[in-house]
Amino acid sequence: MPFIPHTKEDVAEMLTSIGAKTIEELFDEIPKELISGELTGVPPGLSEMEITRLMMERASQDGFYQNFIGAGAYEHHIPAAVWQITTRGEFYSSYTPYQAEASQGTLQLLYEYQSMMASLTGMDVSNASMYDGATALAEAALMAVRAHKTSRRILIPQTVHPVYRQVVRAIVSNQKIEVVELPYCTECGQILPESLANSGHEDFAALVIPQPNFFGVLEQVDALTDWAHSKNAFAIGVVNPTALALLTPPGEWGDKGADIAVGEGQPLGIPLSSGGPYFGFMACKNELVRQMPGRIIGRTTDLDNKEGFVLTLQAREQHIRRSKATSNICTNQGLMVTAATIFMSLVGPEGLRRVAAQSHANTLELVEQLVKIKGVERAFSGPVFHEVALTLSKSVVDVLSKLKQKGILGGYSLQGQYPELGNALLVCATETKTESDLQNYAAAMQQALS
Amino acid sequence: MLIFEHSRPGRLNYSQSPAKSASKSAIPQNLLRKSKVLLPEVSEMDTVRHFTRLSQKNFSIDTEFYPLGSCTMKYNPRACNSLAMLPQFISRHPLAPEDTGQGYLACMYELQEILKAVTGMAAVSLTPMAGAQGELIGVMMIRAYHESRGDFDRTEIIVPDAAHGTNPATAVMCGFKVVEIATDKDGNVDLDALKAAVGPKTAGLMLTNPSTLGVFEKNVAEMSRVVHQAGGLLYYDGANLNAVLGKVKPGDMGFDVIHINLHKTFSTPHGGGGPGSAPVGVAERLLPFIPIPIVAKEGDTYRWITEKDKPQSIGRLSAHMGNAGVLLRAYIYVRLLGLDGMHRISEFATLNANYLMAELRKAGFEIAYPNRRASHEFIVTLKDIKDKTGVTAMNLAKRLLDKGYHAPTTYFPLLVPECLLIEPAETESKETLDAFVASMKEILQEIEAQPDMVKGAPHTMPVRKLDDVKAAREPDLAWKPDA
Repeated sequence: MPFIPHTKEDVAEMLTSIGAKTIEELFDEIPKELISGELTGVPPGLSEMEITRLMMERASQDGFYQNFIGAGAYEHHIPAAVWQITTRGEFYSSYTPYQAEASQGTLQLLYEYQSMMASLTGMDVSNASMYDGATALAEAALMAVRAHKTSRRILIPQTVHPVYRQVVRAIVSNQKIEVVELPYCTECGQILPESLANSGHEDFAALVIPQPNFFGVLEQVDALTDWAHSKNAFAIGVVNPTALALLTPPGEWGDKGADIAVGEGQPLGIPLSSGGPYFGFMACKNELVRQMPGRIIGRTTDLDNKEGFVLTLQAREQHIRRSKATSNICTNQGLMVTAATIFMSLVGPEGLRRVAAQSHANTLELVEQLVKIKGVERAFSGPVFHEVALTLSKSVVDVLSKLKQKGILGGYSLQGQYPELGNALLVCATETKTESDLQNYAAAMQQALS
Repeated sequence: MLIFEHSRPGRLNYSQSPAKSASKSAIPQNLLRKSKVLLPEVSEMDTVRHFTRLSQKNFSIDTEFYPLGSCTMKYNPRACNSLAMLPQFISRHPLAPEDTGQGYLACMYELQEILKAVTGMAAVSLTPMAGAQGELIGVMMIRAYHESRGDFDRTEIIVPDAAHGTNPATAVMCGFKVVEIATDKDGNVDLDALKAAVGPKTAGLMLTNPSTLGVFEKNVAEMSRVVHQAGGLLYYDGANLNAVLGKVKPGDMGFDVIHINLHKTFSTPHGGGGPGSAPVGVAERLLPFIPIPIVAKEGDTYRWITEKDKPQSIGRLSAHMGNAGVLLRAYIYVRLLGLDGMHRISEFATLNANYLMAELRKAGFEIAYPNRRASHEFIVTLKDIKDKTGVTAMNLAKRLLDKGYHAPTTYFPLLVPECLLIEPAETESKETLDAFVASMKEILQEIEAQPDMVKGAPHTMPVRKLDDVKAAREPDLAWKPDA
């Protein structure tokens, strides 16, 4: 029996101890009319050899492509050590560290993670993770409304990831929180701070500021943060963690810094894997820590005054506060954070800076080659990090299909979410791309458009 | 020692980063970072050693028995991990075209179908990333259902007092008021209390069955009738589905919406706190509201169902389709088990639980609901022991760590004093259960002979009892260089 170790003798002895004749008898408290009988629709079991064969076939059916899609999930080099250590049984198969003395490994690692993320974002404290970037932003919006106390409105620019906006709307609308979308400058691809000054928005709990934004464009974060603060609202930064090695972190935006920073942690050592599991990160200023959702680890001492780590400030959480908790979140993305912490330790500050700088440089190089092609133009004039929006002279769908025939996934079509941009394509080239990869892409694009 | 304390300025793992600093840059000066990033500068070998050593300070299923109630800590087959991490799967971008992901989508489609079959629901969405998110999504669908009928007055969700904290927290997060109902002396939801609680304001009832008290709600059919008659819907918290998988389908019990914790019943790893995954299943009447994306099969090809197909959907609750890699592990697990294996899960989980309950009772422990069958878990109460000796459930739990066992769930459910919620899961052998009983007996003797020693436990862990009060009063939540 797969994964069940009982021998016939074991079963007999156990039933005798219980005082039952059959295993079936142990279900005698379930009303008979509810018992379902033999299941249908479940295939017979496979051996490990057979499932291995099946999964290898399915995997090779999917194959490998040169990937230039970003749009919220980014291909980066992941050191071999990251997942070899992360999938050690002691991390992989351990439980939530409620029993602190038997979980010091996970707890210390999470404390180290919080320290790294606090520094990367320039904030005071980080929690131990949310589900993903989109839900982290939704929780940040709820947190801002709780802390603000008077307004139940959140301003979100249309330059924020479209699915993040959908997720935020789906979650916060349950609590009658209004989401107002702010238009962007179609020429520069940014939110113009001067347009906000005349927008008439006075009563709102928070302004969301993406950096870089969904178009890969860098926003004028200082002015945006200061404007939110001038209206007594919070500034929520939604940021790419790789970019923070080069860019001013949210904690240092404007005069006072953003109040909450969130984002998608996937670029920090998590494989693309069809979209998950990833992890959301969330960091904030000290003043807001008691409004923060999710698990937080603190350093303390034991009976011998020896350093140790525990889950702390749990009076915010559902297992203590039940209906009065800051969020319903329980399970987070612990194992992904384990990978990210090992990743950040292996690359260090200079390694992460080089990854960011090379990704930026590769994207600039690719754009330089592409805009030489007739029929390719940059969609926006604003500065970019490692992703850029292009407008094409032909249908994006057709172009992507031609690139795919050459083994290239050429980017993310903006036509569905931003029809006003016409034939617009979002392209990303990270440090994983070589000079010849970029040249191949440009050559394929030239052919596709000719 | 923290990883930061291994750090030396200027150390770099050259093989892990681009060879040289890139020359091209077009980032405006005013946007460039000026402060240092406090990541450690540690060699690859020292990093590997540091985190390997940290891992060795953990308990885990791979190293210890976890009789952890309501958490279903069963063996996580290694094949599920290695096959989910095949290079084509892990390198696939979530926004890659459907025709480059037919292998992956086939797995997801089949997983949806199998989950439908074992739960008796009309459709399944794989998008929720954890049990609590499954709950949120389920309760959002309940709201959407009522509102679609123009019924805006249903502002209350009923939750039994034995429920997980996520249930009331979810209801509130979803904008509902929580009405808590009591449990009777046999561990069932108090039917009269339920009848008194339902009414025109009732949006729904959230129920875990078997409950967190480790017993099957015998009156579930009547509860379903009462709630439905009042116009409410029934939510099934699948935390304890492991106890009845292949025996009873939530759909047959009358539930309109359910979530299934794949990290419990379907053996995906707990990972030190996550990632989880909690697909939701719905009955016919909630079909229009199910969250997207879902995988559809048309002929021999698979595609995403999106907003266009489901205009009334509550929408998207994750950036892509939930914890895709976790779903892949669950798919591999269900294929390994197959039909027969699926039936055996609940049978052997229940056998193990009832055996352990019988043996602990013989060893002198007090069972909270002695006249009931254990589902896949049961409760021991140490109230008498505490009254006589001062030794608490937590003390005993910590002493178990010294004996090489993870502690059972303690002080949950809240309504049983000094409780241990014990769930052995089907993958544990009789020898392991017997050894656990022997250790529990030893602790009983220790409580008699040297209660202070037990109160001071644990004694053999990397640290002794930690100061939680200090941690909360003087929060030290991030390392700083000069601290």
